[in-house]
Amino acid sequence: MTSLNHAVADSATMLRRNLRHMQRYPTLTGLVLGMPVVFLLIFVYVFGGTLGAGLGHPAGGRAAYLGFVTPGILVLTIVAAAQATAVTVAMDMTTGIIARFRTMSIARVSVLTGHVLGSMIQSLLGVAVVIGLAFAIGFRSAASPLGWLAAIGLLALTALALTWLTVAMGLAAKSVETASNTPMFLLLLPFLGSGFVPTSSLPAGLRWFAEYQPFTPVTTAVRQLLEGGAVGDNAVIAIAWGAGVTLGAYLWARHVYTTRPLPVR
Amino acid sequence: MNTSPDARRPPAIAVTGMTKSFGDKLVLDGIDLTVPEGTIFALLGPNGAGKTTAVQILSTLLPADGGDIRVAGHDLAAQPDAVRAAIGVTGQFSAVDNLLTGEENLRLMTDLHHLGRAAGRQRAAALLRQFGLQDAAGKMAATYSGGMRRRLDLAMTLTGDPKLIFLDEPTTGLDPRSRRTMWEIIRTLAAAGVTIFLTTQYLDEADQLADRIAVLDRGHIVVAGTPDELKRQIPGGHVELEFASFDDLAAAAGLVTAMSRDDEALTLQVPGDGSLEALRGLIDTLDAANVAVAKLSIHTPDLDDVFFAVTGEPDPQNPQNPQNPQKAA
Repeated sequence: MTSLNHAVADSATMLRRNLRHMQRYPTLTGLVLGMPVVFLLIFVYVFGGTLGAGLGHPAGGRAAYLGFVTPGILVLTIVAAAQATAVTVAMDMTTGIIARFRTMSIARVSVLTGHVLGSMIQSLLGVAVVIGLAFAIGFRSAASPLGWLAAIGLLALTALALTWLTVAMGLAAKSVETASNTPMFLLLLPFLGSGFVPTSSLPAGLRWFAEYQPFTPVTTAVRQLLEGGAVGDNAVIAIAWGAGVTLGAYLWARHVYTTRPLPVR
Repeated sequence: MNTSPDARRPPAIAVTGMTKSFGDKLVLDGIDLTVPEGTIFALLGPNGAGKTTAVQILSTLLPADGGDIRVAGHDLAAQPDAVRAAIGVTGQFSAVDNLLTGEENLRLMTDLHHLGRAAGRQRAAALLRQFGLQDAAGKMAATYSGGMRRRLDLAMTLTGDPKLIFLDEPTTGLDPRSRRTMWEIIRTLAAAGVTIFLTTQYLDEADQLADRIAVLDRGHIVVAGTPDELKRQIPGGHVELEFASFDDLAAAAGLVTAMSRDDEALTLQVPGDGSLEALRGLIDTLDAANVAVAKLSIHTPDLDDVFFAVTGEPDPQNPQNPQNPQKAA
C-alpha cells in the first residue's frame, strides 16, 4: 500500500516536472498542436472539394469530407504528440538527472509514467484544439454525450498505447535523432488506413493492409461514434489493439529503462 | 579528519573481489575496498582506469559481474533499494534539470523524498542558503555557471540526508576558487559524520581531502593507504646541495653517495627522507672535510611521485588500457 502510494506520489512529481518542461520549452508543444491544425485546413480546403466528391455523399464535397477526415486528423494529432514524446524521453536520457533518479529510492517507473501522463495531456489538448477548429469551420456531429465520451475514451486509449510505445522507442534510441526518426512510420499509418479515404477505394494489396492495421478500427470507430451511428466490432478491435500495445510497450519500456546503460555525452 | 577508523563500527563500504567487464574488456579485475564510516576515501586513477565504473556499481547503477559488495550495511545485489535509500550520488555529469530553477530542482528532490510541502520548502530554502544559491534560486539551472551547477548538484544529493555520498570527480572542470569552495563543503560534510567516497584524477585533491587513498590503474588497485603512507612507500625523497665552485662539488661527490650530479648547475642530489638526523649526518660529513655548501633544499615525495611510480608508463606491449566504454562511447 505504501509503495503504491509512493508510486502515485512519485509519478505526480514527475508529471509536474514534465508539465514545467512544456511550459519552459513551448516550441515542441506548439509544433504538436500546430501540425494537425494545418493538416485539417489543408485537407478540407485544398483536397476537400475533390476528395469529398468521391465520397458520393448527398451533402456534397467539402462539407462531407470535413465530417469524414476529422477522425483521421484526430488520430494523426495523437500520433504527432506521441512522436514528440520519443524525442523528450531520449533527450531526458542524455542528461545526468536520469542517473540521479536511478540512484534514488523512488518508484522506478515513475520517471516514465510522468512522461506518459504529460504526453497524454498534450495529446488530449491537441484533440480539443482540432475538435474546436473542426466545429468552427462547419463540422457537425449527431453523437450523444455518451457517444462523445466513448469517442474521446477510445482516442485516450490510443494515445496511451502510442505514448508507451514511443517512450520505449525514445529509451531504446541510441541518439535523440534516432528517437525522432524511428516513430516516423507511425505518422504514415493513418494515411494507409481509413483516415483520409475509404479503404474500399484503395488497390487490393493496400486495401488488405489498411483493413487489418490497428489505426483503421480506431479511426472508423471514432467516425461512427461521432456520426451517431452503430460502431459494430470496430470499437472492440480498437480496444483490443489499444490494450495489447499498451501492455507490450509498457513492459518493453520498463525493461529498457531498468537495464539500459547510462547516458553519456 | 585524521581520526583513526573505529574498528567496531561496520564499514560504510566493504568490497571483495569486485569484477566488471564490458564485452571482452575487463574494466575491474578483482577490486578489494573497505571504507570505514565517517571517513573520506579517494579513488585515484588516470582516465579510463575504471573509477566511474566502480562508482556506478557501488551506487546501484550497474550490476557487478562478481564479488561480495556491501554498501551502507546492505548487500548490493540483494537489497539495491535499501542501498539507494542510504546513499547520495553526484556524478561526473551534472545531474540537475536545466529547465527547472534552482529552487524547483531542490523541490523536485524534496518531493521525491516525500518531505511534504512545508518541510520541503524549508529544506530547499536551507540548502539554497547553505550553498550560496539564494540569489539564483529563481533562475533556470541552464543559466548557472559551472561552480553554481556543481553546488546545486551536491545540494540535491544532500536533500535526503544520505549517510554515504559518492562524488565522481566533483571538481573536474571547476576554476580554482570553485574547487576550494567544493573542498570546504566536502570537509564540512565529513566533519558532520557523512562518509565520502570520491574519485579524482587530481592528486592534490586526494591529498587535501582523503583519509585514505587507493590508486586504481587498469582495473587493479595498485596501492592503497593514507596519503602519508603512500608517500613513504615511494623513493624519491632527497636533499639537494648546491655549491659555489666545481671544486666543492667534486669534493662533496667524493664524500657522499649521490643519486645524481649536475656539473653545470653545481648541484648534487643525495637520497634521504629529510629527517633531522640524516641532515645532521650529511652536514657533519661535509663540515669535517671543509666543503662549503651554498644552498640546501629538502625534497619530499608528493603524490605525483606516487602516482607515476605506481601507474607507470603505458605498456607498449599491452596498449589497450581498459577504457570505460561508457566514456569512450
